[in-house]
Amino acid sequence: MIRRNNLINEEHLMLLDIQKLEFAIYDLALFLDTHPNDPAALYRHKMLTEQLMQLKHVYEANFGIMSVMGHELGDTWRYIDSPWPWDK
Amino acid sequence: MFIYEKKLQYPVRVSNKDVRMAKAVLNQYGGADGEASASMNYLTQRFSMPLNETKGLLTDIGTEELGHMEMVATLFKKLIQGATRDELIAAGMGGYYANHETCPFLLDSDGVPWSAKYTQAKGDPVADLYNDMAAEQKARATYEGLIVLTDDPLVKDTLRWLREREIVHFQRFGEGLRLVEEYASNKRYF
Repeated sequence: MIRRNNLINEEHLMLLDIQKLEFAIYDLALFLDTHPNDPAALYRHKMLTEQLMQLKHVYEANFGIMSVMGHELGDTWRYIDSPWPWDK
Repeated sequence: MFIYEKKLQYPVRVSNKDVRMAKAVLNQYGGADGEASASMNYLTQRFSMPLNETKGLLTDIGTEELGHMEMVATLFKKLIQGATRDELIAAGMGGYYANHETCPFLLDSDGVPWSAKYTQAKGDPVADLYNDMAAEQKARATYEGLIVLTDDPLVKDTLRWLREREIVHFQRFGEGLRLVEEYASNKRYF
């Protein structure tokens, strides 16, 4: 039970990090839509997307894919079994 | 194409169920100035945008609004879940429950169904972008009304975050409008 709770907590914290990164990236993307040549925003977007890709890879390997385009490495379709956002 | 990601854009948490607040929050789901209207507005208007900047902007903000619909629906669900019969009736949600149980539905708080009449697509980029800036301000005002209606700090946190997004979108649409007006002044296209 303790192990299970730790896993849930770990999943929660990693998901929060992904949410933070994706939010920053999305907000930069909106800025870049109207400032497509801004070097600072382009640089930050590049750095954060690299971080996001790495983190998502670790998350999906451990807890199942978050989109149907992710690669499920296990032998069951965990996508449907992890809690849905409105059930958490 | 749209691909779903199994997570909210920002966490939605509530301290307690609160049926009255669930009812009020419904405005931002299926109300005139709600997230469904915003998303359908932008994702439709983008087809007549003359500039790549504004095509991108309307696509990306319209997509973000789909995520906000999901957040508002989640907030509704969490606020109404587990409500007793007496709580539903006291909040004036008896009729709603009979029709939809606790599922979010595209209505405003007074039960008026969502309508395409809430959206605009003039095919004129200047008219549409002014409309979108006004839409963001109306949504901001609605969120401020909702923030006043609750004492729950967790609900306030989610609503404040959504309110802030309206301000960012207003800013970006203003920049998009400036780009379109510069473009129009260099080229007579009517």
